Amino acid sequence: MSSETVMHPSVEENRSGAWSGGKSPFKASYGKLMMWYFLLSDAFTFAGFLIAYGTLRFSNPTWPVPDFVFSTFPGGLHNKPLYFVTLMTFVLLFSSFTMVRAVQEGQRENKKGVIVWMLLTIFGGLAFLGCQAWEWNTLIAKEHMSVTTNPFGTHTEHGRYLEGDGHGIEAGDTFDPGTPYLIHKHHGEYQRLKYEVTEGPQAGSVKEMSFGPVAFGALFFFITGFHGFHVFSGVVFLLIIMLNVASGIYAKRRNGYEMVEKIGLYWHFVDLVWVFVFLVFYLL
Amino acid sequence: MSHLSYKEAKSKVLKVILILGVITIVEVLFALLGKGYIIEGVHFPTAIMGLAMIIMSFVKAYLIVYEFMHMKYEVPGLVKSVLLPTLLLVWAIIAFFYEGNTWKNYRAAASKVEERVDPPGTLKAEDIKSGMEAQQESHSGDSGDHGDDPSGH
Repeated sequence: MSSETVMHPSVEENRSGAWSGGKSPFKASYGKLMMWYFLLSDAFTFAGFLIAYGTLRFSNPTWPVPDFVFSTFPGGLHNKPLYFVTLMTFVLLFSSFTMVRAVQEGQRENKKGVIVWMLLTIFGGLAFLGCQAWEWNTLIAKEHMSVTTNPFGTHTEHGRYLEGDGHGIEAGDTFDPGTPYLIHKHHGEYQRLKYEVTEGPQAGSVKEMSFGPVAFGALFFFITGFHGFHVFSGVVFLLIIMLNVASGIYAKRRNGYEMVEKIGLYWHFVDLVWVFVFLVFYLL
Repeated sequence: MSHLSYKEAKSKVLKVILILGVITIVEVLFALLGKGYIIEGVHFPTAIMGLAMIIMSFVKAYLIVYEFMHMKYEVPGLVKSVLLPTLLLVWAIIAFFYEGNTWKNYRAAASKVEERVDPPGTLKAEDIKSGMEAQQESHSGDSGDHGDDPSGH
């Protein structure tokens, strides 16, 4: 914490020369520079996860269709493709905006302003975590996706259902290749519907819905979970720093609330990662 | 730290957040438009829609890093030392995605061979692809319908 303090002119005079700490080639404090390098390393961690996701997705002939998988909305609404995740994105964007405002108020040494905008940022972070909790709960408890089982499949041929599932599919309904489906669970067992192939060399044969790519569940829960954990840590640090702001210790440093700027960098990074998680999991 | 006055910076950040919001909405519209949700029956090639959304995401990333994180106002040395290392990811993405695509081709080739060799009713490559569940259930299944059930039960 004390490394934050601005150097007094007398100290700066004593430390002349590039190798004795007198010059600051990047014109940034040690703490801020190290936050940037931490974020760079964290970017590589996330990139590793997302590249693994892309590789496995490329290696599978079909992949769960995002606008089918993520089409529920609180209040029991269905067939609302991507509505909820778009809302989550806006919550996070809004909290990024309030964070910039907190940093700006800090630069003009406005303690009250910093606290108000940081409070709004924390609120945004908590709202995002709440949204994610709802999304996970829907996938785990209602749609029965797990890290080892993925009930979201995609048809690869033309066919006609021989039975219904009580969730919108009736016996006799037809489907085309590329149609996504969810295997519902009944009395603890996945109900894989039988269907008849209607076109192609296998026309007439009876098949059953097969599970979707196994890797999807694990990738989804680990990557969005890792991001959610970043949001959670961010909220904790924002809370600590906001209390410090309120206590007045940053005001004494007279360095434009640099600590708020540093946690701001971290917070924007979390938003930055979400841009790419949003792209690969929900948009593509 | 910026060269802008407080008032200028305030209106600038408002402008940036609005642009970010608009890009997000356009991205989602593109994702839904390409799959025929908005205009019934109209589908766009996934490659074009995908490319458009990737470009828009990078514009968003630029705005967040350069405006919100103030990269625009840092000295060039700092900017380079943070951003240049990420270029290594270009190699990683190309190499791994190429590899993933190769796996897909192997899987397709393997399933074709098995379709030719295996008599109807036996376990096929599709079952292996769809995971452990299919394999486990294929042994306890009924196979009442003259064994012509390639997805395995």
